[in-house]
Amino acid sequence: MTEFIARQALGERVRGQALVAKDGFSARYDLDRLRGVFSRPSHKLAGQSYVGRILVLDVAKGGVATAWMLHEMASRGLAPLALVLNSVNPILAQGAVFGSVTLLAGFDEDITTKVPTGALVELDPATRALRVL
Amino acid sequence: MKLNDLERAMLAGEKGPALRAAIEHQIKVGDFFGAQDFVPVTQAHIMADTESLGEAGVRWLESLGRDNARMLVPTITDPRGTDFAKASVLKQPAAGLELERRTIEAFKRLGVMLTDTCINYQTIQAPARGEHVAFGDTGVVIYANSVCAARSNYEGGPSAVAAGLTGRTPRYGFHLEEQRRASVRIRVECMPESLNEWGALGAVIGRLAGSYWAVPVVEGIEAAPGSDSLKHFGAAMASFGSIALYHLVGLTPEAAAADADRLPLAHRIGEAEIRALQAAYAGEKEIDVVVFSAPQLSLYELRQLAALCDGRRFTKPLLAVTSPQVKPDADRFGFTACIEAAGGHVLSGMCFYQSYAREIAEANGWKRLATNSAKLVNILGGYGYVPLLASMERCVDAAESGRLP
Repeated sequence: MTEFIARQALGERVRGQALVAKDGFSARYDLDRLRGVFSRPSHKLAGQSYVGRILVLDVAKGGVATAWMLHEMASRGLAPLALVLNSVNPILAQGAVFGSVTLLAGFDEDITTKVPTGALVELDPATRALRVL
Repeated sequence: MKLNDLERAMLAGEKGPALRAAIEHQIKVGDFFGAQDFVPVTQAHIMADTESLGEAGVRWLESLGRDNARMLVPTITDPRGTDFAKASVLKQPAAGLELERRTIEAFKRLGVMLTDTCINYQTIQAPARGEHVAFGDTGVVIYANSVCAARSNYEGGPSAVAAGLTGRTPRYGFHLEEQRRASVRIRVECMPESLNEWGALGAVIGRLAGSYWAVPVVEGIEAAPGSDSLKHFGAAMASFGSIALYHLVGLTPEAAAADADRLPLAHRIGEAEIRALQAAYAGEKEIDVVVFSAPQLSLYELRQLAALCDGRRFTKPLLAVTSPQVKPDADRFGFTACIEAAGGHVLSGMCFYQSYAREIAEANGWKRLATNSAKLVNILGGYGYVPLLASMERCVDAAESGRLP
């Protein structure tokens, strides 16, 4: 098991499969929320499903819609399980609070290089810990 | 977070369940960012298109109204998801329009003023220097912070609603003086002219700076850009880089205090970089639709567009989107009639990408979209469009010939 400590965390403890890319995240810019896949052609996860996955990405990008959209996606059972980013903007934190999606952000290392896609990951916001199991 | 008596009363539910939910939300966000306390705000601005809210978000807004909550400070709205007068032209889904109607009623019940604009700094009331506000829409925030020297973070819809209800917001980010200092120094070695070039320059800077917490300080822009130029410049920077504040040396109010000289020069941007950005959105010549939106057009932009449309006959749809405050003046001055006589449409109170862009693309057979908005081309790729960035003049030519010259 390898453990990484985030500087910021919120939400409930979760465990799930990681989907990882050195790329940004914006619910409006990057996702087809009806089908639950990354849809922006230039995104490194284009075509892949994010539903129920722990997304490990670089930075929060784009506009303010993510603040509503995580809540809306969760209401239809088409949300990611959790989000892990090197850096977040307020929108992602506000959206995670509103949508009850676990969020960890800010690491001493580039977290996208430390977690392999497909790995089983546990997030514990109370201790701000990300564990690769 | 340290709470005063009023805030503790809100948290205890003494001011009603809606205010308790609002301040609980704000405290969770504030704790995440290490806020020490709240700061009072003078106004709030809510981004709440129903494509983003969905059924779940609309129900949440309606639930606040049932609790008899009312906005404590003046609270206004970003563009809505339609112009009902033009919904049939766009072929928007009926279910989305019904959500719009419910959202409008929910906002009225909360005492929200439905201004439906993302250019409130040009049309409603620009904030003053040092004024703490809770603005949604990234383009509004970056203009308010940078050009007006007001203080705002990006406030997503739920947080802006909460700020309107409580009259405050957690004191973190750009409400703090230390966050407003420049962090990356950039030299611009050319002067953009058209709005698409200003947008492209903003996009290049946004990509280079690359984080909400970065504050670019830009040297080399000698002459004062106008409000519309800075509107496109900031909106693109925010869209491409999530930037909320920039300084222009010698121009913007806080540039002198940004302390740029302590920073090494990190980047130089010339015509080549601006051309390269635009070349990434020039993959097609044939077009299906022309859109002027994101941000909504000012009266001066509509004046320019009307002059370009005069005497033309379009073969492709041309949509020009403005605010409900500008539209009556555009009507009075004949700009709307001139654009629509050529076959275009002037829409009010909406924004193209917030208006079920994917569904209307499928309904109308739109894929190749020409615009002069760098922000819009950045957004629409994810919606299945092939976005093309060109000047207003070339876009109007394309609406006539079906092809970008």
